[in-house]
Amino acid sequence: MITAKNLEVRAGKKVLLSIPHFELQEGEVLGIMGPNGAGKSTFIKALALLEKPSQGTIFLKGKDITNDLTLDMRRRFAVAMQQPLLLDTTVFQNVAVGLKLRKLPRQEVKQKVAYWLEKFQISSLAKKHGANLSGGEAQRVNLARAMVLEPEVLFLDEPFSALDFPTKVQLLKDIKSIIQQTNTTTVFVSHDLMELKFLADTLAILMDGDLKQTGPTEEVLASPNSSTSGFINDWQSLLN
Amino acid sequence: MELLLEGLKKAIEMILSGDPEILEITLLTLKVSITAVLISTLIGIPVGMFLGLARFPGRKFILAIINIGMGLPPVVAGLWITLFLWRSGPLGDLAWLYTPTAIIMAQILVSLPIVTALTSTAFQQINPKLILQVKALGATKLQLYWILTKEVKLAILAAIIAGFGRVIAEVGAAMMVGGNISGETRILTTSIVMEVSKGNFDIALALSFILMTLAFIITFSLTYLQQRKRSL
Repeated sequence: MITAKNLEVRAGKKVLLSIPHFELQEGEVLGIMGPNGAGKSTFIKALALLEKPSQGTIFLKGKDITNDLTLDMRRRFAVAMQQPLLLDTTVFQNVAVGLKLRKLPRQEVKQKVAYWLEKFQISSLAKKHGANLSGGEAQRVNLARAMVLEPEVLFLDEPFSALDFPTKVQLLKDIKSIIQQTNTTTVFVSHDLMELKFLADTLAILMDGDLKQTGPTEEVLASPNSSTSGFINDWQSLLN
Repeated sequence: MELLLEGLKKAIEMILSGDPEILEITLLTLKVSITAVLISTLIGIPVGMFLGLARFPGRKFILAIINIGMGLPPVVAGLWITLFLWRSGPLGDLAWLYTPTAIIMAQILVSLPIVTALTSTAFQQINPKLILQVKALGATKLQLYWILTKEVKLAILAAIIAGFGRVIAEVGAAMMVGGNISGETRILTTSIVMEVSKGNFDIALALSFILMTLAFIITFSLTYLQQRKRSL
C-alpha cells in the first residue's frame, strides 16, 4: 500500500527521521512504538503527506507521491490526533466537516454522518456542542470524523493516551471492531504496549528517528533485537 | 441633575419632533462610522490573519508598529490626513478635505490598527495542531482560513466592537479633517463640542444621549451576535 525509501526529515541540520525502508501492506494494522522524541508524529506527518520529507521517496500503490502533496492525494488519508481538536460547533458538524470540504451533496453528508455517529455510539450527542463533551466522547467524535472519510489509510496518533482506563478499553474494542469490519489499512502510533498488543497486527519500534525492528507484534515482543530489547523488556516487565 | 434631566427631555423632544438637522447629523454619523468600521474590518481581518499565521523576517516589527497604531492620538491621525489631502498634498487633487470621505479616512486610520492587532492576536492563539488537523481533513488553503476564522469569531467580533467604539467616540480628527460644516461634515461628536463651546449644554446633552443610544444599539447587536448561545 505505502512504501517509503530512504525517508529523511530534518529540522535545520537536525535529523528527526531517517528510515532506509518501510512498507505497509493493504489491510495491515501497523503499530509504531517508541519513546518520546523518537520521531513517531513526524513519521505520521510525512506518511500522511502533511509534511514534505527532506529526502527520500514515498510510494502509494506503486506510484511515487513524494512530491505530490496535492489535495487529492491528501484526501485519500485520514488522521486522528492525540487531542480531539474539535471545532467550535456541534458534534454533527464536526463529523461532517471533512465531507463538506469535499463538497459532497447535503443528503449524502447527512446519511454518512448519521451512519458513523451510530457506529461510534454517539448519535445521541449529535446536537451537543463539541466543547461540552467528556474526553472519551470527544475522542469518539474525533475518530468518527476520520472514519466518515472512508480513508485508504487511517493514521492514529496516540488517540487513546489521555483517556482513563475503562474509557480507553471500550474505545479500543470499538475501533478494533470497526477497523476489522471496514478492512481499513491503519498506522497506529502509541507508546503504550497494551494498546499496541491489542490493536496492531505488526509492530515497528521507532527509536532515534529510525525503525529499529519491524515484524508481527507477538514476534517483535517475543524476540526483541539488540537495539530494542532494553525498551521492550522495560515495558514487558511493567505489564507483567 | 436638573441639567441632565433637561438634556434627556430635550433629546426626546428632538427625536420626536424629527428635527431634520438632527436627523441629518445622526445619519451622517452612522454613515461615516459604519463605513470606516466596515473598511477597517475588510482590510484588518485578512491582514491580521496573515500576521497571526505567517512567519517571516520583520513580522515582529510590523506587529509592533500596528500595536503602536492602536494608541495613535486622533488629532495626529487628523493631522496626517489633512497633510495628505491639503491642496498641495499628495492627494490634494481629489478635493476630499472637509468632506465625509476625509472623516472616514481619519476614522479608518484610528480603527484599522485595533481591528488588525486584535485579529492577529486571535490567530496567534490557535493551536498549531488544529491547523494540521484541518489540513488532514482535506481542506484547501482557502477552506483552512475560513475554518480558522470561524474558530476565532468571538475574538474577531471583539476586535470589530473595539474598532467601532474608537470610531463612534472620535472627535479630534473628524473636527480637523471635516471642519464641522453644517449640512456637510457635521457629525454628533463635533456637534457636541460646538454646542458646549456655545454654552448650549442642554442641546449638547441631548446630542450625547442620541450618540450613546446609537453606540449602545450597535455594540449590543454585535455583542449579541458574539455571544449567541451554544447548543448544549
